[in-house]
Amino acid sequence: MTLTVTDLSIARGGIPVLEGLSFVLKPGRALILRGPNGIGKTTLLRTLAGLQPSLSGRIEGAEDQIAYASHSDGLKPTLTVTENLDFWASVFGTKDIQPALDAFKLNDLSDRHAGNLSAGQKRRLGLARMLVTGRPIWMLDEPTVSLDREAVALFADTVRTHLGQGGSALIATHIDLGLEGEVLDVGANKAKPKPIEDFDGGFL
Amino acid sequence: MSIATKANALWEYANPRKFLATSERVLPFFWITSAVCLFVGLIWGFFFTPDDYKQGSTVKIIYLHVPAALMAINCWLMMLAASLVWLVRRHHVSALAARAAAPIGIVMTLIALATGAIWGQPMWGTWWAWDPRLTSFLILFLFYLGYVALWEAIEDPDTAADLTSVLCLVGSVFAVLSRYAVNFWNQGLHQGASVMRAGAVTGADTEEKVSNIYFYPLLVCIVGFVLLFVALLLYRTGTEIRARRINALLARERING
Amino acid sequence: MIALLLRDLKLAFRAGGGFGLGLAFFLIVTVLVPFSVGPQSSLLSTIAPGVLWLGALLACLLSLDRLLALDWEDGSLDLLATAPLPLEGVVTIKALAHWITTGLPLVLAAPVLGVLLNLPVPGYLWLVISLLIGTPALSVIGTFGAALTVGLKRGGLLLSLLVLPLYVPTLIFGAEVARRGAIGMETQTPLLMLAGITAATVALLPFASAAVLRINLR
Repeated sequence: MTLTVTDLSIARGGIPVLEGLSFVLKPGRALILRGPNGIGKTTLLRTLAGLQPSLSGRIEGAEDQIAYASHSDGLKPTLTVTENLDFWASVFGTKDIQPALDAFKLNDLSDRHAGNLSAGQKRRLGLARMLVTGRPIWMLDEPTVSLDREAVALFADTVRTHLGQGGSALIATHIDLGLEGEVLDVGANKAKPKPIEDFDGGFL
Repeated sequence: MSIATKANALWEYANPRKFLATSERVLPFFWITSAVCLFVGLIWGFFFTPDDYKQGSTVKIIYLHVPAALMAINCWLMMLAASLVWLVRRHHVSALAARAAAPIGIVMTLIALATGAIWGQPMWGTWWAWDPRLTSFLILFLFYLGYVALWEAIEDPDTAADLTSVLCLVGSVFAVLSRYAVNFWNQGLHQGASVMRAGAVTGADTEEKVSNIYFYPLLVCIVGFVLLFVALLLYRTGTEIRARRINALLARERING
Repeated sequence: MIALLLRDLKLAFRAGGGFGLGLAFFLIVTVLVPFSVGPQSSLLSTIAPGVLWLGALLACLLSLDRLLALDWEDGSLDLLATAPLPLEGVVTIKALAHWITTGLPLVLAAPVLGVLLNLPVPGYLWLVISLLIGTPALSVIGTFGAALTVGLKRGGLLLSLLVLPLYVPTLIFGAEVARRGAIGMETQTPLLMLAGITAATVALLPFASAAVLRINLR
């Protein structure tokens, strides 16, 4: 599934943050999203995931193809690791959670309540969720936060396997994951303020 | 001019700048005419109509009570219309007009409730009775409060406009439902809506009607209240537009750092 | 969808899930009523249907701010919104889970508490029937309120302010069924109205709730 973004403009809280953004994400490829804090990387990912509308531009090939991982993992502290994954597996209509447990070395933790996990373990569980969605395009927002070096390597391996199976990934991160893929620096697409004459007609 | 171009011309006022320019031009007209109508209507009603044979001079409170009650309901209807326009056509002025109208509606509802209580004291011997009409206005008041509270609680203006619009829509349905529920719950002391019945106008109605002597000054008062509402609404909407623009300018300044 | 329902039920019954809080609140409100109005059994039996309905309504209200807020805080709502479930279905399931964990226990507890308030014998059946038919509407309307206020810090009080006026018709007809039942009057008209409100809110309000939730998620 190819994701094509054409001349996209997005806004956060009604204020344009990025404009004129175009890229193509082909199967088997990863795209690393870079740019200073607050530039709108999270907003871009949320827009592509369909959580918020764009101001203008086109997004093609995103419908029902995207698995999105935000800063928070959507884990329930009183459910076990297995129960958490099982839930998302049945929501996305997949059954087998074993590959996900294997990929992030969660087998030993499978009966622990998510609330008792360390921050890094929670993050691993949150990322394991991507595997049970069965969706080809991964959108990851700072996926390596609170992961140790070993877990980062696990994650990079998992993404590589995913790409090898014809999936693709759009990753907002500042560390080098050693992935094959292009880097997209959105700093150049920072929205320019509108001239004052335009502004008078509307509000923003 | 065809209907289509007329409609387009109307939507032009959805442009904030155009709205401000036009409202500033027509505002003095509304202020003056409403003041004249209220002055004439109230003086006429209070001092130049006879006392009611049954209710005495207390009846004259209708010159405040009835127009305020009418405006309390019409204000909500106006908010409903403005909310629909916002949801369908996304005109900011429309959302801001709905926001600007709500406090006016609250005040009108309070006037209706207070004058009703003051009137009820000599007539029914009690300040408050759980009469369907009074109760419905109390519920309307609660709806207004919730609506205003939701506007105040949400920071992002477009989100606030969206959410309050949906609340206004859903609230309208429930307000009508409450009206029927309350009617069912208590049959009530309040007289029927005697002003709006055709019989009241033609004078062919029974004794519960508002007779012509009272009706004409009342009509003037109602017109005065409508004009006052329009004037307040235009004025407050203008204020909301300016406040929104200030926030927008500040936000832009923050981005450009 | 069923997975979501099962998960919500599981969460409610696990430690810290808040199951039983509404029930305890209902009990306390009912116990406090005789302290405030006096112990005369004739007075208590007159007001019992209304008090029990109001108690159930408040207990329902109390649990609303957890209904969507927990899923919002831990990011589950974002993920559910990108999942292949329609958001209308998600809010319906949420309301259903709320009803099963809050409304249904209240229905079952109400006759027991009726004893404390000297509810007349014919009233028990009608109290249970009216609550059984009316509480789903309370859950669905409450879900709408929760969806409106989900993104707000300290949204709880605002939630009550928004939801209580919406509860008026349900309360009026529900309490009327119970009151008429208790004194042996015919209950058909208010019962039909109550059932109508529940049917209409269950059928239509999820669309409004989902729309509002989408706005809050962006």
